[in-house]
Amino acid sequence: MFFWSLVLIAVGIFSSFIYGRSRIKLNSKKQGTKSKSLPNYYAQYVLMWCLFPALIVYFSWAIFQEQIIQNIVISNFEFIEGAVYNEGLLLAEIRNVANNPSFADGKSIEIINAASHYSSLRQISQISFYTSIIIIMLLGALYASQKLKPEFHAQHTIEKYIQYILIFCSSVAIFTTIGIVFSLIFESLRFFAEVSIFEFLFSTEWYPFIPIREGQTAAEGSFGAVPIFAGTFLVMVVAMCVAVPLGLLTAIYLAEYASQRVRKIVKPLLEILAGIPTIVYGFFAFVSVAPFVKAFGQSIGIDASPTSALAAGMVMGVMIIPFISSLSDDVINSVPQSLREASLGIGANKAETIKKVILPAALPGIVGAFLLAISRAIGETMIVVVAAGTAPNLTGNPFENVTTVTVQIVVALIGDQEFDNPRTLSAFALGLVLFVITLFLNIIALQIVKRYRERYE
Amino acid sequence: MSNSKILANGVDVYYGSKQALFGISMDIKEKEVTALIGPSGCGKSTFLRCINRMNDLIEICKVSGSIKVDNEEIISEKTDVVSLRSKIGMVFQKPNPFPKSIFDNVAYGPTIHGLVDSKNELEEIVHSSLKKAGLFDEVKDRLNEPGTSLSGGQQQRLCIARAIAVNPEIILMDEPCSALDPIATAIIEELIDELRLNYTIIIVTHSMQQAARVSQKTCFFHLGELIETGETNKIFTNPDNTKTQDYITGRFG
Repeated sequence: MFFWSLVLIAVGIFSSFIYGRSRIKLNSKKQGTKSKSLPNYYAQYVLMWCLFPALIVYFSWAIFQEQIIQNIVISNFEFIEGAVYNEGLLLAEIRNVANNPSFADGKSIEIINAASHYSSLRQISQISFYTSIIIIMLLGALYASQKLKPEFHAQHTIEKYIQYILIFCSSVAIFTTIGIVFSLIFESLRFFAEVSIFEFLFSTEWYPFIPIREGQTAAEGSFGAVPIFAGTFLVMVVAMCVAVPLGLLTAIYLAEYASQRVRKIVKPLLEILAGIPTIVYGFFAFVSVAPFVKAFGQSIGIDASPTSALAAGMVMGVMIIPFISSLSDDVINSVPQSLREASLGIGANKAETIKKVILPAALPGIVGAFLLAISRAIGETMIVVVAAGTAPNLTGNPFENVTTVTVQIVVALIGDQEFDNPRTLSAFALGLVLFVITLFLNIIALQIVKRYRERYE
Repeated sequence: MSNSKILANGVDVYYGSKQALFGISMDIKEKEVTALIGPSGCGKSTFLRCINRMNDLIEICKVSGSIKVDNEEIISEKTDVVSLRSKIGMVFQKPNPFPKSIFDNVAYGPTIHGLVDSKNELEEIVHSSLKKAGLFDEVKDRLNEPGTSLSGGQQQRLCIARAIAVNPEIILMDEPCSALDPIATAIIEELIDELRLNYTIIIVTHSMQQAARVSQKTCFFHLGELIETGETNKIFTNPDNTKTQDYITGRFG
């Protein structure tokens, strides 16, 4: 149904454009004056009036049609005395019968009646949908065509409309963000209604298994997130230990030592590293690095588990090298050439110049790059899901299994549980904490980078 | 007649395939101010930057020919660029103090070259360099403030102090006053006049009045060639070459 309506709208767009163009040419010829804008703008004007109202109808129909039909069907349904109905199951059954009459065998007469009611409502809806789209498009085109006079500034109006469209597009992202934040907050509040916030933030035991059925004699769950934060922190520290020196030294090499040719090859290569899907890093960590870490641990007498903070952290470190190197490279490059010349001109060598002049000047920006990389590392999921394990150990030993905030969110949401028990809701609380941490890191990082930029530009 | 400090012979410079200097030969005497003048793009800055090998920083720049400083060839693979540059200070067109304190700006050179053994010695060098650059009285109470907080003219004198702190014998100045107002310019020119007693100075300038005021020798460059060189007085009053004549009388450039 919706495919054909798209065709209909496409035809509307095309014909309204052609119509608008020829109409304005005709009108200006009749009046013998030149139109204020080019004919294409009048055509676009008609097109917009034809398209946007139709799109609004289209989407509201798509969103509300099913809901409204279902409500009508249910409200007319003749409930049998004494029988217990689950509304969702009932609707599913009615829809099944309506879509596929062979399912009708053995169903009660009420359901068959409701199914035919449902089908007829859908048919009515479909017909009225097409009719209203056509009418709306015609009305829009009619309204627009009345304005097709040579003295009408079509271009100004079009530009205003385009501005509205741009505002709409940019607000979509903003409102989505706001919506996500609010849903995080509200679901977290539901979680904190059942689990105290102090337990969540300060208790050290994470055992999110709670009785599913009433009367089940499972242990009460406990939701102390400290081991999870500790695990996240540990993996992050390992990752930064790998990424900071490698990334920074790469940046120094690229910005100060590499010739233009090398730079042109190496920089894109590094950026490819940033484009590898994180799950690929994840199984690389699990298949190659984790066994190596385990073997290495054993060779020095440490009992390493098959998945470990070290393996996950190291691979994550490799993943964020391009962030650090690319951003630091930009920062180092934006240190004015005159400072380099000043230092070299006094007779400093390259290493002294970099160490004493360029890095101090670039330091704020480099710190900003580090912070952005950290927030990226904290939010990273796939690598740690695969390679760090899921055991909430409170440990400082990187050879052990740890778990991170993102892993626990995944664990909490896997499975077929309703969204009303603390185990599932804990995902939102964890998500909120993660969001707040990365938000602050990003704000600080951007602030630092900005202040640095102002100094030299 | 003093000794020849810098002796250039047939210096060619290429930027990629474009030739910027054509066989420049020049003799620069010790403890004199030599001004390089000429219209924009004539190669005078390029020549200046050959003397302390600053052109090395530009990947596509190739220098050939011979420049001898104190009878030592410097256009050579074997030249120790670091010690060459500590012997030849440079002051740039735009004041470029480091984003460090005034003290650290001047202390930078002596520290990296290991010229001092103690804090007192370092302080002494910094103070005397600032005094020689005529800046000490203005900044003595705020040596810990950032060098970038000074005015343009003060920054440029700070850069001069930074250059002379490593005790160079030659100072190259690449349009040192072009970013400064007339009063700051006058102060720097006065300073150049004083520095001449101890240093060999080569100054690139766009201002012919400045060249006439501060220099003893003047070299006129045009389109990558050295057209005429001689006593400043003579160049500005009675040049041999008609191009020089045209330039200093303002007929082109």
